[in-house]
Amino acid sequence: MGTVSSFFGQLAFKIRRRHVWARLPGKARAGVVIILIFIFLAIVGPYLAPYNPSRLFSTSDIARPPNWSHLLGTTTYGQDVLSQLLVSVRSTVVIGLTAGVIATFLSVVVGVSAGFLGGYADEGLSLLSNVFLVLPALPLLVVIFGYLPNAGNLVTAFVLSILGWPWGARVIRAQTMSLRGRDFIGASRETGERTWRIIFFELLPNEVSLIAASFVGTVLYAVLTSVALTFLGLGDLSTWSLGSMLYWVQNQNAIIVGTWWWYIPPGLTVAVFGMGLVLLNFGLDELGNPRLRDAAHRQKIAGRPWRPSDPTPVVREARRSPGGFAPALATSSLAVAGDAGGTVSGASRAAGVQSDQGGIT
Amino acid sequence: MAFIARRLVTYVVAAWVALTANFFIPRLMPGNILSTYLSRFPSLGPYAYKAITAEFGIGKQGSLIHQYGVYFDDLAHGNLGVSLNYFPLSVATILHQTLFWTLILVGTATILSFVIGTVLGILAGWWRGGRFDQLLPAFTFLQAIPYFFLALLLIEFFAIHLSWFPVGEGNSLTTHVGWNLPFIESAVYHSLLPAITLVFASMAGWMLQMRNVMITTIGEDYVLAAQAKGLSNRRVVMTYAARNAILPNIAGFAISLGYVVAGALVMELVFSYPGIGYTLYQAVVGEDYALMQGIFLVIVMAVLIANLIADAIYVIADPRTRTRAAY
Repeated sequence: MGTVSSFFGQLAFKIRRRHVWARLPGKARAGVVIILIFIFLAIVGPYLAPYNPSRLFSTSDIARPPNWSHLLGTTTYGQDVLSQLLVSVRSTVVIGLTAGVIATFLSVVVGVSAGFLGGYADEGLSLLSNVFLVLPALPLLVVIFGYLPNAGNLVTAFVLSILGWPWGARVIRAQTMSLRGRDFIGASRETGERTWRIIFFELLPNEVSLIAASFVGTVLYAVLTSVALTFLGLGDLSTWSLGSMLYWVQNQNAIIVGTWWWYIPPGLTVAVFGMGLVLLNFGLDELGNPRLRDAAHRQKIAGRPWRPSDPTPVVREARRSPGGFAPALATSSLAVAGDAGGTVSGASRAAGVQSDQGGIT
Repeated sequence: MAFIARRLVTYVVAAWVALTANFFIPRLMPGNILSTYLSRFPSLGPYAYKAITAEFGIGKQGSLIHQYGVYFDDLAHGNLGVSLNYFPLSVATILHQTLFWTLILVGTATILSFVIGTVLGILAGWWRGGRFDQLLPAFTFLQAIPYFFLALLLIEFFAIHLSWFPVGEGNSLTTHVGWNLPFIESAVYHSLLPAITLVFASMAGWMLQMRNVMITTIGEDYVLAAQAKGLSNRRVVMTYAARNAILPNIAGFAISLGYVVAGALVMELVFSYPGIGYTLYQAVVGEDYALMQGIFLVIVMAVLIANLIADAIYVIADPRTRTRAAY
């Protein structure tokens, strides 16, 4: 017990010392908390489940609304909804994280190589990622899973990550190209640092927020896509996942029958997990782009809302109290405004993932 | 121009990859397509084998390379084959019918969600940190919710509970497809709830992207200069900030127009809407390979063309793209 608490104490100390947690915007913190809860549920959920999720209770327990023996009621098969939910979180989280790790690894390798090496390597790798980028993901996945009946979770995660990496690769390539031209990279090259050292110690630390955003975006895409595919009956229906729960909901017309305690929990769970990911990405975005960060904090100077990124107001305007633009005092920090312009930000990227890879399919 | 030429190479390669995958995937599957099909009709004897081979053009003889050549030859002549499950309709005919439904519904929904989302994004970006901007988490929730689940909830509430809208299908059974008033009324009525679902589900993405680019743009010096000149807020927002911030959204819009052709697969399924996504799903489930290949082909082509248009928009609207291509 003592070692555990000292471990967490050290961890907390390290985090505090690096000010990572303190620097994280509120949205990102909320996102981190939600994601951690889900990872915790994925680990212990099956042990917390009061019953076997597939166990069929007697006919008197069919489609019962929530009660003391079944906290979330039972399905029309007479199965315990809460147990199904607790067991299901695991495979959905596993698919999301696995696909996220594989896809992020691929996008870092391809993006950094293309951006750093340039020349023919860049041409080839960019071509490869652009080709994957323009292939319509969902129809392709539907076709592939039509051929792979009852693919397991890992196969699903693998196929999803094969189609999910190119967006991150493109963003990371752009950032690498811009960093490659900076003075500190040039300086380390002049001092004779090896290429791998430049990549791992100079380049990658400057891309951490981008890589993290790319990871979170891919996890979101993998979770939503795998749930949708399983809902369509194209994924793994033999194991419990949030997607297969929703498949049985639709299969048994739970919505028309009106058994809300059955169909609301799985959908809401996916939505909350997804929202945690979106919020984290939002926060990472603000971390990397000070203009967005400042937008989140409202300060008041002389009774007027003021943000560091606001331009210096014209005196006349400040007096007349303009409608949209917040006035600032003369010492508005224009210095803040100079950086981070032009880099593609995480949340807009996440939005891009949706509009590019899935559209509204 | 060099930029467009390079992109064109990408798309040609992408098209080739997609078409080749389209050719090989059915052939890599365990079992023979033809015997799977024939097993559905136990009364047919072995004599039917040849007739069906000739009719559907499947189970062709010859080497794989020869088949590959024939496949591209057929594509070049627009010959997509005959559907197995909707016999005797050709794949092209089915595509023609289903595209009609999808283009109108998903097209309208895409345009609406783009316009609403972008306008909301401009407002949220301008009044950043304001009360409207504080609503962002609500919009992120819309982005995170599986939209078929949103569709199911809307069906439950508006179609079943309140009976304001029909539960599914593209038009009511009493009407006949064509340019007559009862049909159009019925089709519009049936498309309302799916369209609302699509708009709600995809609006947040446009809005968040627009807001973030907007905030970055507002920090630029030329926006400050416009303010300093004493221009009206409206003018600064529209012609200085939003006009420059909208480019990523417009390019994304061009791409998503390509995806309109892909339909809204899950949504169409939930609403039993007779669009291309629903048909693709039916083809996958019913192992109708010719139809599946045909639909996938059309989707890929539409998406590639839309990407090319998005690139062209970038080159025309943003001079920086032209210099970056030279870099």
